[in-house]
Amino acid sequence: MTLTAGAFYLFAFVAVAAGFLVISARNPVHSVLWLILTFFSAAGLFVLMGAEFLAMLLVIVYVGAVAVLFLFVVMMLDINFAQFRKGALQYIPIGGLVGLILLAELVTLVMAWQFGDKVADNVTAPIPAAEQVENVKAMGAILYTDYLFIFQTAGLILLVAMIGAIVLTHRQRAGVKRQNISKQVARKPKDAYEMVEVKSGEGIGSASKKG
Amino acid sequence: MTADLPSFAPALPEIVLALGAMALLMLGVFRSGKAYTQVSTLTVFLFILVGVLLVAYVGGERSVTFSGLFVTDSFAIFSKILVLVGSGVALMMSSRYMADHGIDRFEYPVLIALATLGMMIMISANNLLSLYVGLELQSLALYVLAAIHRNRNRATEAGLKYFVLGALSSGMLLYGISLIYGFTGTISFDLLADSVKTGEHAGIGVIVGMVFLIAGFAFKISAVPFHMWTPDVYEGAPTPVTAFFAAAPKVAALAMFVRAMFGAFGELVTEWQQVVIFISIASMIVGAVIAIVQTNIKRLMAYSSIGHVGYALVGLAAGTEAGVEALLVYIAIYMTMTLGSFAAILSMRRNGQMVEEIGDLAGLSQTNLPLAIGIAIFMFSLAGIPMLAGFFGKWVVFWAAVEAGLTPLAIVGLLASVISCFYYIRIVKVMFFDEPAGNFDADKGRAIPLVIGVSAVLHSPVSFLLISPLIAAAAWAAKSLIY
Repeated sequence: MTLTAGAFYLFAFVAVAAGFLVISARNPVHSVLWLILTFFSAAGLFVLMGAEFLAMLLVIVYVGAVAVLFLFVVMMLDINFAQFRKGALQYIPIGGLVGLILLAELVTLVMAWQFGDKVADNVTAPIPAAEQVENVKAMGAILYTDYLFIFQTAGLILLVAMIGAIVLTHRQRAGVKRQNISKQVARKPKDAYEMVEVKSGEGIGSASKKG
Repeated sequence: MTADLPSFAPALPEIVLALGAMALLMLGVFRSGKAYTQVSTLTVFLFILVGVLLVAYVGGERSVTFSGLFVTDSFAIFSKILVLVGSGVALMMSSRYMADHGIDRFEYPVLIALATLGMMIMISANNLLSLYVGLELQSLALYVLAAIHRNRNRATEAGLKYFVLGALSSGMLLYGISLIYGFTGTISFDLLADSVKTGEHAGIGVIVGMVFLIAGFAFKISAVPFHMWTPDVYEGAPTPVTAFFAAAPKVAALAMFVRAMFGAFGELVTEWQQVVIFISIASMIVGAVIAIVQTNIKRLMAYSSIGHVGYALVGLAAGTEAGVEALLVYIAIYMTMTLGSFAAILSMRRNGQMVEEIGDLAGLSQTNLPLAIGIAIFMFSLAGIPMLAGFFGKWVVFWAAVEAGLTPLAIVGLLASVISCFYYIRIVKVMFFDEPAGNFDADKGRAIPLVIGVSAVLHSPVSFLLISPLIAAAAWAAKSLIY
């Protein structure tokens, strides 16, 4: 038990600390690297909860794909991050004030914490306990049976996002040279060059005039 | 661990619309960019097919499917028909504008179809999760539509502004949903209605969550104090897109608002009533007062739509079946008025350029009398002058409020309505009594004059004949919501 607790505090501490470093690092590349560490710690927390499949997904999808993409974007876009951050610092006083007010409201809310009668019934087990069924099976059952409708609609949202990205950014440029494979394959030797018999001593001047 | 396949029948119109939109997308891609007219016409036919399926196949019986995520009843049928009419008419009015401005891309009708699908999912949501995905499907398509004229700075600005504020409102909505889930343990409307009771058991946390939810809804229907994006987006977006924004998404978001309030929080009427009364009064007053200083007719219509959302919310604030009925009647009338007015704005074209200032309408009665009469009918109807349809809409919502004991709310509404008469009637004065500012170009297509003509006739005193079927349909729809 103490080992689990120790592991939890280790991962949780590393996740929070790395999360803080993401926003405070001067070099944006370092920020992305700290972000990767945050993802890894979160994956560790998932493993502790018995959700190995989610932990693997987090590592593969977020670290393997999303973070690498971030890294590319950070390196390729010409953004002056120092300038960016200078502006952000001006808003700290007002932002802090709003944060304090929100915190005060949350505290008041927690003081008045009260559950309805039926909450316990509502919460019970949309999925079986972790010991009874494997991760993947439980997630599959949720995604493809109970929430099939949501899953499909989410797919449509992604379709709209794709159409939108193409509509708003795709341009047909004039004068772009594109490879046309069928045209290349259909080309015959005589389209490409011409055999000219050059008489010795006369040069090619007259021959090219003829062609 | 096996489960039966859910019943697809109640959601068949949505499935047909989704598959149809994807088929039209393929058609557009394979015709490589020359297919605007074809795809647009087919989309209108698709909407008609979906409407026929809704009425003939699904019908008004309440049925729930997809593990309780999706519900259809007479309320859903009524609102979905309105949404389909709004989207279809807005699409029909678009062709000429899109062609003139070089943005007649086949993606436009496809995006409108997908946005309409999102609206239908919103209306049929029986769970906060399906409500949210429907809303995002609709909103994402609308952000793209606002910026579809991407070479024009105003349009991209409108799209960006709409996107940022829309994302903020989605955040508030999700925050509210998470609070509600945290305090009740469920996001299903049926279970929520069962768990949330007034009195000692209504946790303060649920109420805070519900207020955040209402704030998110208020953003989507552009009710004050969450209306700031509306004038800029309406002015910046291409005019047919603005016409679409002012019609279908408003109806869908109001229907979603009503269903969430009655379906999930029906027991908390006294709690949400105060919030709805506040945003209703604020919207009516801001819509009436700030519109007075507008000179651009699209901005004016934006403030007008804010005000009309306020009037529609009077019906919701009543919190009764009669109130919902009044709200449905009001949004049906509002939608036809708005589509007619935007059709008129789309025919304001001089020397091949669109003009948008109120001053450009000067002396229209001498240069184009039919158009001037049409606009005059819309303006009088929007102002709520007796004998026209807009008057009936206001009459039913105020009457519902008075019956529910909210006489002060009805009085504020009447005062706001009197103030708003000033700017509506000023347009009529400019058209009939000012020196002519020059001719408008003749309309080439048939769609826009047709829309102006039909909605002008619908709003003329002919509406006496139509108002009782409309009220009967709205009563049929409202009945399914309160049980």
